[in-house]
Amino acid sequence: MSGNTKTFGLALIVVVALACLPFGVSGYVLGLLTLAYYFGVFAMSWDLLFGFAGEVNFGPSFLIGVGAYTAGLLNHYPHWPIWACVVTGAVASVIAGLMLAVPALRLRGPYFGLVTLVAVLLLQNLIVLYAGITGGEIGLDLPDVLSIDEANNYWIALCFMSVSGACLFGLSRSAVGLILQASGQDAVQAAALGFNVTKHKLAAFCVSALFSGLAGAMLIFYEGTASPGTVVDIAVGVQVIIAAVLGGRRTILGAALGAIFLIVAGEILRPLGQLSTFVVSAVALLVILFFPGGFLGLLSRSGRG
Amino acid sequence: MTFLQILIDGFAISSLYALGAIGFTLIFGVSGVLNLSHGAIMVTAAVAAWAVAGNFDVGPYWGAAAGVLASVVMSFATYLLVVRPIQTSRRIAREEKEIFVLTATLLWGIMVQEAIAYFFTSNPKTVRPLVAGVINILGVRTPKQEIVTAVISLAVIGLLWLLINRTRTGKTLLAASINPRGLTLLGFELSTIYLYVWGLYGVMAGIAGVLLGSFLGVSSDNIGQLTASAFSIVVLGGLGSVGGSLVGALVVGYLETITAYLISPSIRTIPVLLLLVLVVYLRPQGLLGRR
Repeated sequence: MSGNTKTFGLALIVVVALACLPFGVSGYVLGLLTLAYYFGVFAMSWDLLFGFAGEVNFGPSFLIGVGAYTAGLLNHYPHWPIWACVVTGAVASVIAGLMLAVPALRLRGPYFGLVTLVAVLLLQNLIVLYAGITGGEIGLDLPDVLSIDEANNYWIALCFMSVSGACLFGLSRSAVGLILQASGQDAVQAAALGFNVTKHKLAAFCVSALFSGLAGAMLIFYEGTASPGTVVDIAVGVQVIIAAVLGGRRTILGAALGAIFLIVAGEILRPLGQLSTFVVSAVALLVILFFPGGFLGLLSRSGRG
Repeated sequence: MTFLQILIDGFAISSLYALGAIGFTLIFGVSGVLNLSHGAIMVTAAVAAWAVAGNFDVGPYWGAAAGVLASVVMSFATYLLVVRPIQTSRRIAREEKEIFVLTATLLWGIMVQEAIAYFFTSNPKTVRPLVAGVINILGVRTPKQEIVTAVISLAVIGLLWLLINRTRTGKTLLAASINPRGLTLLGFELSTIYLYVWGLYGVMAGIAGVLLGSFLGVSSDNIGQLTASAFSIVVLGGLGSVGGSLVGALVVGYLETITAYLISPSIRTIPVLLLLVLVVYLRPQGLLGRR
């Protein structure tokens, strides 16, 4: 338990330090980090489902996109206030998560992975097909935004990521997290020990979807527009997966670290133009091949040795 | 008229899909690897054929040969640089290898895609057809290349069938897919078999890529879509089942062609996706798969 207390203390110091950033750095850096924090929540939610429940979800952007577009449409048409849109978006995302959970309980590995991939493709096709309502590829503009002040936006995102991170990390270290991990690794044995695998997996899907949906909805209110390229496209999902694996699977906090690294590295390498994606993918591949534990795996190893 | 057109176009597309997907399922069946850089390897072949035929004035046949060669090289590179290090790594737990291979081949595919886009741009490229001209089949004007595509695809699939069922090497491959452990106990070197299978896969993906490039044209932006469609066909037919992939390819090819002709080309892939979800729910082992 003392290890967990130490992690919480360390995380608190980092968050306080990050909260001071708006007094020192430019709005450009703040904007970049704001985006990175929302991505961090995407990656942490994915890690709960994959790292702990053992479900290969190739379509994190299905959950994100459902949350984001539900919130966006409710704001664009009936002009609901932001908080109501975000809450409804998160609820819609949980429903989407349950829709994914049903096949997940019946199918194994690659089959379930394909279903999640298909879910993303269908959502994207639907958005493009009904472009008259959804704005199609160009996107849906939103009348409301979270804040027009960069520092405020930054603090909202940081606060959101910290709270989500604390919830997800706490959950993963609780008894529920252990049971999830057990059912992810060997469902039959976990069930034989008397744990209700179905119930725990359903719960994991709901929690993962809840945070994905919340983050997706908040991200579009930060950007002021919702488009398939930012919240639905398979490329978004791939980035989330890379971030979580890069940071260290089954660590939750590593996923956030990976996401921030990925976004910042992508921006630093922007002068390389087209090659920047190549370099980021190559780095991620090298990490996977040589340090399968990810960033956090590296840290904890050097800390121990 | 439209009926006949659909019949001909759908057949050419289906046989091409089948060739690509069977390579994909072969690798899975024998070595248990779902290669998510499949589309990247196919596009590499097409772009190499296009570049060699266009820059060196050697004619479409040498271009096609260069494309297949490039694909074989890429296939070995994928296996030796990406897949094998993960399979032999002691730091990755056994039950996690599958997801590591998936993520790593996905990243590898993205790297290839970006490299192609950087050196050759992501503009669509059309490989010069092996045979030019059109012929008239019962009133439908059909490019000869379309017939060549179908014939070559089916011929290669037929050769593969002969290889697997009629030769000693083929039987070793079959044995490796059923019981790799038993095979090693009989004194066969599994790593040699895997090398062989990846080489075979490289040839098939290369031929499929070059034909695709001359039939529909390719761009590095198609890579994800190509991998996804091979994955869908293979799951539809049953993972690891060669006959299933053939059926899956026919279903996907015709469903897409019918949708494109009769409803609208813009929703061409949607019925396939819905069918896929349905099949996976009702019959997770695929149409012809075994449990």
